[in-house]
Amino acid sequence: MTAPKTLYDKIWDAHVAHESEDGTCLLYIDRHLVHEVTSPQAFEGLRMAGRKVHSPEKTIAVPDHNVPTTAGREDPSQMTEESRIQVEALDKNAREFGVHYYPVSDVRQGIVHIVGPEQGWTLPGMTVVCGDSHTATHGAFGALAHGIGTSEVEHVLATQTLIQKKSKNMKVEITGKLKPGVTAKDITLAVIGETGTGGGTGYVIEYCGEAIRDLSMEGRMTVCNMAIEGGARAGLIAPDETTFEYIKGRPHAPKAGQWEQAMEWWKTLFTDEGAHFDKVVTLKGEEIEPVVTWGTSPEDVLPISGVVPAPESFKGGKVEAAKRAIEYMGLTAGQKLTDIQIDTVFIGSCTNGRIEDLRAAAEILKGKKIKDGMRAMVVPGSGLVRAQAEEEGLADIFKEAGFEWRMAGCSMCLAMNPDQLSEGERCASTSNRNFEGRQGYKGRTHLVSPAMAAAAAITGHLTDVRDLM
Amino acid sequence: MEKFTKFTGIAAPMPLVNIDTDMIIPKGFLKTIKRTGLGVHAFDEMRYNTDGSENPDFVLNKPAYRKSEILVAGDNFGCGSSREHAPWALADFGIKVVISTSFADIFFNNCFKNGMLPIVLPQEQVDLLMKDAEKGENARVTVDLDAQEITASDGEVIKFDVDAFKKHCLLNGLDDIGLTMEKAASIATFENRMAAERPWV
Repeated sequence: MTAPKTLYDKIWDAHVAHESEDGTCLLYIDRHLVHEVTSPQAFEGLRMAGRKVHSPEKTIAVPDHNVPTTAGREDPSQMTEESRIQVEALDKNAREFGVHYYPVSDVRQGIVHIVGPEQGWTLPGMTVVCGDSHTATHGAFGALAHGIGTSEVEHVLATQTLIQKKSKNMKVEITGKLKPGVTAKDITLAVIGETGTGGGTGYVIEYCGEAIRDLSMEGRMTVCNMAIEGGARAGLIAPDETTFEYIKGRPHAPKAGQWEQAMEWWKTLFTDEGAHFDKVVTLKGEEIEPVVTWGTSPEDVLPISGVVPAPESFKGGKVEAAKRAIEYMGLTAGQKLTDIQIDTVFIGSCTNGRIEDLRAAAEILKGKKIKDGMRAMVVPGSGLVRAQAEEEGLADIFKEAGFEWRMAGCSMCLAMNPDQLSEGERCASTSNRNFEGRQGYKGRTHLVSPAMAAAAAITGHLTDVRDLM
Repeated sequence: MEKFTKFTGIAAPMPLVNIDTDMIIPKGFLKTIKRTGLGVHAFDEMRYNTDGSENPDFVLNKPAYRKSEILVAGDNFGCGSSREHAPWALADFGIKVVISTSFADIFFNNCFKNGMLPIVLPQEQVDLLMKDAEKGENARVTVDLDAQEITASDGEVIKFDVDAFKKHCLLNGLDDIGLTMEKAASIATFENRMAAERPWV
């Protein structure tokens, strides 16, 4: 009898192409996603060494970080010179090396982590990498997915493998049911609030428990997306009927014949009874409140009913960091979070740019208007999400409420395109990072769920969405 | 890649915790298609004022630390994005070693790919080296990778751990891709097996 294994152990074992005596492995990569910011130097490296892409059929490229989200964006003059060069470099590299490619003009274009699952590229039990830390998103399918640097992008392009050592196993269990108004975003932020941004370093997290099982695939992707914000390279959720239902019929999902063979393996992808976890964190689903961030690290999380903390309430190096964060954010200790005035709302990103996120925000906005002077935008995660939202009438709700209805891309999540905060502007954002300058130089970010973002857009301040439900 | 062996240099103290990759190299500088030239933008938003002038309070702008080759940093250094532009910017500035109690995984790996050595030490030893770094340019610190030793300015020797394979690659300046390609037969065998077992992949 073999020892019980975790889900991570099983996927890892199924992808070791070579193991050295010291435990260093060559891990085989099933899917390699590529975007324009972290790949140009990798393709250039291949070219200089006269190397080819080892498996172009397993490599998927899409521009997302730099692309404008305004109409008529195929016109290159909408981009800065540097952005245009990066997008054009991806275009050239994708065609020259023969990888799958979704250019800006393709309705399927969008954020790489939304396009992958949507097109059925991401499947249970796979290894998925991308030169982007939010690759953790794909773990929602029970795929081992994580971000890599550009040197590793080049390594995967050239060899379809990564040099890796195994991480440790961590279990994050969310028991019970969520209360109304509490979403996947609140779960994942609450977990980071509990573990800190370094708590997952060196681990792969498996999320489990009733509250996780109850989530849709969209919600599970939101949870796994932010595993990296807790320091874990990858987050995993064991595949189940919800997963299989989502995958079936997608363009690159296994077809009849192979589907049955795939299902046979996928159904073995769960953590065995008694398998060892090096660390366990348990939260009660019914105790999770809608949360917001007050500072400049994703661990600076509090329930919306809270107040800005005093730096002295922290320990060690965090005291200085909290002082700096409160000053940067223009807040005062003891201030009620619901008294924080907002001038910008951003709904989108690989964290919360999927159809369910837009539905949740539209539900709150229906028949309402955003606060006078508020700048609010929705940036769907892909062209297909955008089309679906238009078909469901969500786009009309957003537009009537006063939101800008944009084209797909990363947009104000990291503000590499023209969508940016100005100095001192304050944004309720459904994205994943509230770092200094993340959404624009000296801009201020409060991370929230889509429903909470919609609520803040209406009232003009951070708001408990349950007051509007 | 240049070989990493032993050197003596100035260490700069950066005690702030959670220094993220957006701080190390803000996204405005990710729009390059080269690996070089980012040093002048390292820590841009902390290092320069809005008008582009230098912020004299920032450690690397102080005369004693302008030629630093070692950073002694607070907990969880390099958290956030996978951007290799972060180690590229540090390396281009001249940083060869970063010492902290912990690093974000992706940043940690990215350092080795660029001939840089991130060193994890217990809190007390980081505190000791932080104090040493605060002495300025007279406090020269020696890092010897082969012996896995840091010698502080007062002669105190601190041992550190490093992964044996990563050490081997740094000492010899080895290119990962070349090494992996020597194992092409193993990769081909794996692919043949998978074609039968998981043909849908």
